[in-house]
Amino acid sequence: MKNSKFLVLGVFFAIVLSKSQAISWYRFYEMFKFQSFHMYGIIGGAVVISMVFMQLFKRGIIKDIHGNNIYPKQKKKGFVRTLLGGTLFGLGWGISGACAAPIFIILGFKLIPAILILIGALIGAFIYGLLSKKLPN
Amino acid sequence: MDFIFEPWPWYVGGPLIAISLLLYFYFGKNFGASTNFETLCTMAGAGTLSAYFKKDWKERDFALLFVVGLIIGGYLSSVYLIPNQYIDLNPTTVNELTNIGFSNVGTQYFPDEIFGEEIYSSFKGFLILLVSGFLIGFGTRYAGGCTSGHAITGLSSLQFPSLLAVIGFFIGGVIATWCIIPSIF
Repeated sequence: MKNSKFLVLGVFFAIVLSKSQAISWYRFYEMFKFQSFHMYGIIGGAVVISMVFMQLFKRGIIKDIHGNNIYPKQKKKGFVRTLLGGTLFGLGWGISGACAAPIFIILGFKLIPAILILIGALIGAFIYGLLSKKLPN
Repeated sequence: MDFIFEPWPWYVGGPLIAISLLLYFYFGKNFGASTNFETLCTMAGAGTLSAYFKKDWKERDFALLFVVGLIIGGYLSSVYLIPNQYIDLNPTTVNELTNIGFSNVGTQYFPDEIFGEEIYSSFKGFLILLVSGFLIGFGTRYAGGCTSGHAITGLSSLQFPSLLAVIGFFIGGVIATWCIIPSIF
């Protein structure tokens, strides 16, 4: 199947996050309490190296598998949307220690708790979808 | 072989996350994880209730395969690749958590107080996970991304909305760990 490479990449990404402890509740707690460098090193390191890749995409030095230029999608603008939405997500992240990709990875560690978080997330995304036109931007 | 079973330091994890982003874009798609919540809603039939979810989920089959990979990778890691989940935490962190009633702090990835038997026996434990999940799903979709989409993809491509979103992530995370966690335990 032509997209099976994404499955392999998913396995790889999950192993990277698991092995570097970037799915552990304690690591995020420690990060938000500013008591350790570990997560800052991981996220900061990933961002800095990705910046180099983004420059290589922009200059057309790295093209995608089909030979096309790579353009990262432009994020939706809006103060309320990003700050308030971000804060709500941060609350959930800080309490449960899970962000989006790790929820799926944690399924392989703690099945039932991760299913509960996932069900909550799907309800949350669904309610957002219902309200999306009425929420301030 | 030792390297495989030992915890990986930040300077291994960070670059390998960047490599994952590179490959995702190289394969022709935009790196992120939280849009999958919407796709799963669409697959569950949310399109019959709201036009927002009337999309063709098959266009996102690549992302769903990535998610399946995440689950498999998580399972492989937990069963085969992490013989010891001990985390070398700051002693201050260990003391703080012990003082608010956490036991065996840092001896495994996920504390029993949140991920343990509690969720079967107490409504509070059940609710903590469900409500945080709700905030994650609602918040990431409202903000337009999560740690992958905003913090890594968005910041590295110098997008201003992502900076605001990451500031929001931290406001929420700090409120959660400094105020909410001590008050619910």
